Amino acid sequence: MNELTKIETTLKDWETDQEVRWCPGCGDYAILKAVQRTLPQLGCDPKNTVFVSGIGCSSRFPYYIESYGFHTIHGRAPAVATGVKLANPELDVWMVTGDGDGLSIGGNHLMHVLRRNVNMQIMLFNNEIYGLTKGQYSPTSRVDTRSPSTPLGSVDSPANPCAFALGSGARFVARGIDVSKNLPDVLKAAHAHQGAAFIEIFQNCIVYNKDVFDDFAKPKGADQQQLWLTHGEPMLFGSEKTGGIRGLKLNPVSFALEVVDVPDGDAEAAGVLVHDATNKTLAHMLVELPFGEFPMPLGVVYDNPGPTYEAAVHEEKARASKGKEASLAKLLAKGQTWTVSGTAQDPV
Amino acid sequence: MATQRAENMADNTPDQAPNEAAPDAVVVRFAGDSGDGMQLTGGQFTLSTALAGNDLATFPDFPAEIRAPQGTLFGVSAFQINFGSRQINTAGDAPDVLVAMNPAALKVNLSALKPGGLIIADTGEFTKRNLDKAEYEVSPIDDGSLAKFDVLAFDISELTIEAVKEFGLGKKDALRSKNMWTLGLALWMFDRERQPIIDWLNAKFAKKPEIAGANIAALNAGHAYGETAELSGPLKQVAMPPLEQSPGLYRTITGAESVSLGLVAGAQLAEVDMFFGGYPITPASAILHHLVRLKEFGVTTFQAEDEIAAICSAIGASYAGQLGVTSSSGPGIALKTEALGLAIMVELPLVIVNSQRGGPSTGLPTKTEQSDLYQAVYGRNGDAPMPVIAACSPGDAFDVGIEACRIATQYMTPVMLLTDGYIANAAEPWKVPDPASYQPFPAKFLDGLPEGEEFLPYKRDEKGARPWVKPGTPDLMHRVGGIEKNATTGNIDYAPDNHQRMTELRRDKVLNIDVPDQQVDTGETEGELAVVGWGSTYGPIRQAVNRWRDKGRAVSHIHVRHIWPLPANLGELLQGFTHVLVPEMNTGQFKTVLRDQLLVDADSLTKTSGQPFQIAELEAEIGKYFDNVPDNEGGKVPANKQQLPSTEA
Repeated sequence: MNELTKIETTLKDWETDQEVRWCPGCGDYAILKAVQRTLPQLGCDPKNTVFVSGIGCSSRFPYYIESYGFHTIHGRAPAVATGVKLANPELDVWMVTGDGDGLSIGGNHLMHVLRRNVNMQIMLFNNEIYGLTKGQYSPTSRVDTRSPSTPLGSVDSPANPCAFALGSGARFVARGIDVSKNLPDVLKAAHAHQGAAFIEIFQNCIVYNKDVFDDFAKPKGADQQQLWLTHGEPMLFGSEKTGGIRGLKLNPVSFALEVVDVPDGDAEAAGVLVHDATNKTLAHMLVELPFGEFPMPLGVVYDNPGPTYEAAVHEEKARASKGKEASLAKLLAKGQTWTVSGTAQDPV
Repeated sequence: MATQRAENMADNTPDQAPNEAAPDAVVVRFAGDSGDGMQLTGGQFTLSTALAGNDLATFPDFPAEIRAPQGTLFGVSAFQINFGSRQINTAGDAPDVLVAMNPAALKVNLSALKPGGLIIADTGEFTKRNLDKAEYEVSPIDDGSLAKFDVLAFDISELTIEAVKEFGLGKKDALRSKNMWTLGLALWMFDRERQPIIDWLNAKFAKKPEIAGANIAALNAGHAYGETAELSGPLKQVAMPPLEQSPGLYRTITGAESVSLGLVAGAQLAEVDMFFGGYPITPASAILHHLVRLKEFGVTTFQAEDEIAAICSAIGASYAGQLGVTSSSGPGIALKTEALGLAIMVELPLVIVNSQRGGPSTGLPTKTEQSDLYQAVYGRNGDAPMPVIAACSPGDAFDVGIEACRIATQYMTPVMLLTDGYIANAAEPWKVPDPASYQPFPAKFLDGLPEGEEFLPYKRDEKGARPWVKPGTPDLMHRVGGIEKNATTGNIDYAPDNHQRMTELRRDKVLNIDVPDQQVDTGETEGELAVVGWGSTYGPIRQAVNRWRDKGRAVSHIHVRHIWPLPANLGELLQGFTHVLVPEMNTGQFKTVLRDQLLVDADSLTKTSGQPFQIAELEAEIGKYFDNVPDNEGGKVPANKQQLPSTEA
């Protein structure tokens, strides 16, 4: 996307006159506010901004943002957004989806928008449940999730959204939490990235899957359970007050990450790895870390820009059109033609 | 040709023996293994025939397998061309000449050949092994079973190898030129120029001069064989004078090319860029292949990950201010159906081309049928009205493409354009139209409002269309979606009265589209029988109706382009006929629509064999409506609704 003229807006400028219809206490409210707070900071222009969503609780999002918006059909937001972006690459496109919309019915489209690297921000609200259809388990629900469709507990393994994104060829993968004060920074990094920027946002469905992320999302003890990643900084978490500073280190024998204590916060002495957001191998290891044994890695896991799809399409189009006259009359008369004049036939 | 719709054309009765006098039309079928290059041979023969000034129609008939096992019955690929010095509307019923490159090709196609027709067979391929594969116990060339035909059997394989010897090709490569040898012979038979084909070969194989040389040598050898061989048999040259055509510039065109060009022209007339989202499917892929080469016309093409993404990307592009287009065939249209509902709901322009094939499910991918009409007209959840129009010939697809773009952009609606496998693949001479002769219909984008006026995204104009607003337009930000919306603001609105009103608004917008009045294609506006067709049945219906009209019968041909909504005068027009017969390549779908919409007692004539109607089939059925014709004295055969081919035989 070309650099747009930054304009001055406030949070209020991004609010619509529509009554927000999520359940009271839903994590979606926090995400909406974070987005509405971030857009002015990014200098975004409502007239050049398009929010595209699929179906589900999260996908009501466009109705609440005062910009152009398209609430499409279940799972297909990536395809609609790709069409928007190809038709007008100048538009700043944000896609909103959920774990069901993006990884079940729309998994195929999500894979392709990521591998094509269409320049847009993709926010996947992961609440590990189907909210709008009243609480069935979702593709990210953990094994043994009790739900109306799995009263005895689910038996299938969940999908890992960030691992899916990396596997699909995403060049920006990040994680956030609905109520986290760090979410705007993650959104800003995603917006700065040229290409498909994938953000998994852990979102609390207070009706059907209440506090399912509490192990790491609740404020108490969060610093021991959350690893906020910063490119170029050692991967540290915890504090002296909460039981010690710890960090992630690479075990050169097992080629796996391990948690080490970091006495006095001396990361270098403890051999703690420095986060390199351009290292895809590291990104794969981080998103696959089993929570419990490890903290939950959050923030920008991977950020390694490459050519965007819409730029490549339009460059090719410009190259192919160069020097060619778009004459419909000539096009229609192309190929082997002949002229009929009376009865004489003359090849042209 | 179909688009010209000339009156009082000469007729060619089907039982006329070939080669007796100079015929005014001839049907030739080239048949061989799917790897033998029969479609290529047919295509080049078509070009040379068009250049000779004959009118023509073609029918490529090939298996779904890319390379079916060699020599087998199901691997036979055929290309039929009907050409002559009179107007040609169909690919012809029974061939006068059958070129059979192997025993399987002979076996599969023999039943179609006219009695007394000419068979040209390559004896080099009539080996024990190939005869076994074709399930012949003895060679039909030797056992007298072909007695009612003229047979010209010689070793084309050997003659080809001999002709290309100087190029030092291996036997396998040398035999690849067999199709050109055969084409050379056919060119001689019908006195056609070789030069355009030689030019084409030189261009095609510019980087492989030895291949070009071998093919040209084979072509010349086949031609020379016809010219010099001392044959006293059936092979003789047939002179086919050119047809008197209306003056102008002509080319040959297939339906896939024509619809692509029509869409490009339509987008230009609407003054918008076109976005085409497609996913490969037979027989619709050719449209993507054509459009991808037209980038300088503002066309962006996108090969999506599936049919759903193809249409959804097109809807996204329409939302962003381009004309979204997608195309597919029946199974793919089924996948797109939910997104069609979305386009209807958000009221954005969109063109969907359905190149119909035999169904249901995967059905007959390479064969033609018209069985997606219900799907087009009725096949969506909810009350989801959508205009449907149908092309009747390759050339007509150009005009229908433009019409689809007009309706889509003027009425802010998706439009379904129906063609079929026959139209998509068949070629016909096409009088190149002058783009300036089409009335432009510039799309209107709302780009601002008078001071103080509230923006209402669903406020309609006099045609019932809502405004089209490009994202990027200041002060007109708005949200659209598949949820029911308020009739003016577009905000979510589930209120009972609102949904009732929106349902009616969507219905009325489509019903009030300005559809031109229905004309009668051939015949009077009243009479004993109206034969009502739609789509690719145009040619055979026209020919069959003309045969009866030449015998003084009061039968007319009415061919409907606008399937939904129907032309306003159609009901009244059909009232002028005692009987209405609707031939179609399905089990009676358009008949149902006519009965439903017009309360007309339409009879159905159906065919679902994957093959187009033959003129003779239609002629026989039409005859049943007249009681003093041979075999139907006193109306002894009831005009009925039977299905073709007859299951009673």
